Amino acid sequence: MEINFTHHQTAHCENGVVSNLMKHNGFKVSEPMVFGIGSGLLFCHIPFLKVNHAPAVTYRVMPGQIFKRFAKRTGIKIKKEKFKSPKQAKDRLDENLKKDNPVGLQVGVYNLTYFPDEYRFHFNAHNLIVYGKENDNYLISDPVMETVTTLTSKELEKVRFAKGAFAPNGHMYYPIDFPKELDINTAIVKGIKNTCRDMLAPVPIVGIKGIRYTAKLIRKWPKSKGVKVANHYLGQIVRMQEEIGTGGGGFRYIYAAFLQESSKILNNNSLAELSKEMTEIGDLWRDFALEASRIYKNRSAKTDAYNKVASQLEIIADKEEIFFKKLKKAI
Amino acid sequence: MKKNDVPQDDGGLEKDNIKELCYAVDEKGEYTTIKSTGWDPKTIALDNALQEINERINNAKERVLNGETSPIEYYMECHKMDIGILASYVGKFQWQVKNHFKVKKFNKLSEKTLAKYASVFDISIDQLKDINYGN
Repeated sequence: MEINFTHHQTAHCENGVVSNLMKHNGFKVSEPMVFGIGSGLLFCHIPFLKVNHAPAVTYRVMPGQIFKRFAKRTGIKIKKEKFKSPKQAKDRLDENLKKDNPVGLQVGVYNLTYFPDEYRFHFNAHNLIVYGKENDNYLISDPVMETVTTLTSKELEKVRFAKGAFAPNGHMYYPIDFPKELDINTAIVKGIKNTCRDMLAPVPIVGIKGIRYTAKLIRKWPKSKGVKVANHYLGQIVRMQEEIGTGGGGFRYIYAAFLQESSKILNNNSLAELSKEMTEIGDLWRDFALEASRIYKNRSAKTDAYNKVASQLEIIADKEEIFFKKLKKAI
Repeated sequence: MKKNDVPQDDGGLEKDNIKELCYAVDEKGEYTTIKSTGWDPKTIALDNALQEINERINNAKERVLNGETSPIEYYMECHKMDIGILASYVGKFQWQVKNHFKVKKFNKLSEKTLAKYASVFDISIDQLKDINYGN
């Protein structure tokens, strides 16, 4: 059985699943809209936690938050299910497919066979859509892939029941109820306000303050951790910022696209101006990544080089602080 | 970022025929999406991370051969895991897994426990006891 479903490639998996499921249900919602309304943008440096033996830095909110907020703000109801037994998880999935209902699944990346080997890490917050089943093969629409693909039922079970942080436990979700018309305008305002609050939060590891915290640590790393570890850490930050899924510049370009689209919907010119500003800030993040890569490429950098990229981050923090204060006033 | 500035570096993705989506502005300043083959700064970061993993694997292998740790640690590294991830896959506490790294403890492990580890690593128990089956 195959549901008549159109696959659209997106930059990020969670945005993509939401946007594609919305389109399937007759609501044209772009990826940046989902990301902006769901207040996806963030910066957070989580101390003590290590990912791939390096500090955990994130440029986005917790997995699942984007869809949750998007649904709440636009008035959609979502059904979420988690399972103890793989058998039950499979049965519920098959039931939905029989009812012509494509569903979103949270999966682990490590056993996703269609991903290139070098991208398969133990990351459990990836999202995809299942839109049908042919014999033992599930038809998969993974938003970050150019085209649709398939997984055998055994392969699908493995990724649905991956273990470790954010273990999906078969997590399946789909929209069940829609308002007649989405109240996009108020949803946009709520989404923007939330992001401004997050980015300007008076918490030392979150938002602007989080960026400054990371900058401060980068200055210390070559001395406290040694060049080898410092380079590994720096590489990890760049990967979090630019790895498949961020659309470039640690989600800043997607956010700029959201502001541009919003300026037209809300008829608010200052949002269009702010979109341009966000694009420039995105460029600064790219410059930071480029400069950082020069350090870990050579593997024998001087302390000066670390200070330089740290300064770049501090400049970005200053700019984003001004930016989000302006954005808060613009709506 | 302008549309024409979206990098099309050799990202190692071509062989898998995968392109990723980037957001950039066109000539009129309108946002659009462009497919990118890759960008050197992150390809280098990824390569370094993979090299780091290989070093960890080789290091674990050497320590197994020296009798300093059990093959479980070696296979854990082969599967890009850390103790926390492995512990949750086998349904044990981290301190238990750490204990199983000790060669003496490993040699005394029950078939049942060995089978658990072997199935997580997708190998047989015999292979688990012999490190020649890792990558």
